[in-house]
Amino acid sequence: MSAAADDLERRLVLATQGGLPLVPRPYHALAEQLGVPVEQVLARLSGMLECGVIRRIGAVPNHYAIGYTANGMSVWDVPDERIDELGARIGALDFVTHCYHRPRRMPEWPYNLFAMVHGTSRDEVLAKVARIAELLGADCRAHDVLFSTQILKKTGLRIGA
Amino acid sequence: MRESAALNTLDALDRAIIDRLQGDFPVCESPYAEAAAALGIDEAELLARLQRLLETRVLTRFGPMFQIERMGGAFVLAAMRVPEADWERVVAVVNAFPEVAHNYRRESWQRHGQADEAIGAIEANEFNMWFVLATETPDGIAEAVKKIEAASGLPVFPFPKLKEYFVEMKLAVRA
Repeated sequence: MSAAADDLERRLVLATQGGLPLVPRPYHALAEQLGVPVEQVLARLSGMLECGVIRRIGAVPNHYAIGYTANGMSVWDVPDERIDELGARIGALDFVTHCYHRPRRMPEWPYNLFAMVHGTSRDEVLAKVARIAELLGADCRAHDVLFSTQILKKTGLRIGA
Repeated sequence: MRESAALNTLDALDRAIIDRLQGDFPVCESPYAEAAAALGIDEAELLARLQRLLETRVLTRFGPMFQIERMGGAFVLAAMRVPEADWERVVAVVNAFPEVAHNYRRESWQRHGQADEAIGAIEANEFNMWFVLATETPDGIAEAVKKIEAASGLPVFPFPKLKEYFVEMKLAVRA
């Protein structure tokens, strides 16, 4: 994060990427660890939240452990000239947690629209995927659903010291 | 999946904590006390609950979620086609890279799901390992891809996002 992030920002990322300290005054603990006044830590974290460097602060659940045992990455081949309009509509569906335009990798991979769908069963996910297919109509030229069958790693961001 | 057994051990308070603390954790002097008060419990109980939810891996983390792009870094989804016989070795090789933030095994519904004539068969989409690379600079992605290819002996296919339409990762606990 060479250009945009200054030293304190980077050190805050390093100090919290594994999680916030589970102590009554976690930001004081961070300030002490980093050797800066707590006011500076609070102001900087608030600033990082405001500008989106920090998306949010809170609990990151293991999807499986809270009941979302079916996690389907639905992938779609839609016309490039229509993808922004379609992506916005699919992203607005309440059961889609992520929606992106990504490049095709021909010939192996004809899909350019990715929409993540979570559910408590494959049938629930497939029913939601069917709603996406219905919404896309003739703009859907091909699609697939890649179900996760195992979490191999889920540590999140880890930059080096 | 074996992790789903954890659901049975979550009580109403655990569920409330998970549902209501996926964002908006306060930035203030005593944030756990403030968050606990909103849940109608005291600070010590919230800390003990969070500790246990982390230990039992119901939560993978508690803290800030960073958008590394806003700091000049990059997140990129990438996939590999890993032969079954080589699976364990490649998992170990890929997961050993700190740049790999998440890694999932996935299977194609088209290939492995129930037959459905309404869905046309797609050839050669057997990407079975999908991971997210997170690096401090955009150049770091290409370097990580090269290193993973060299260490695994298999090609890595990056799928960088060209456009983000929606991201909202908060999920309510489902029984």
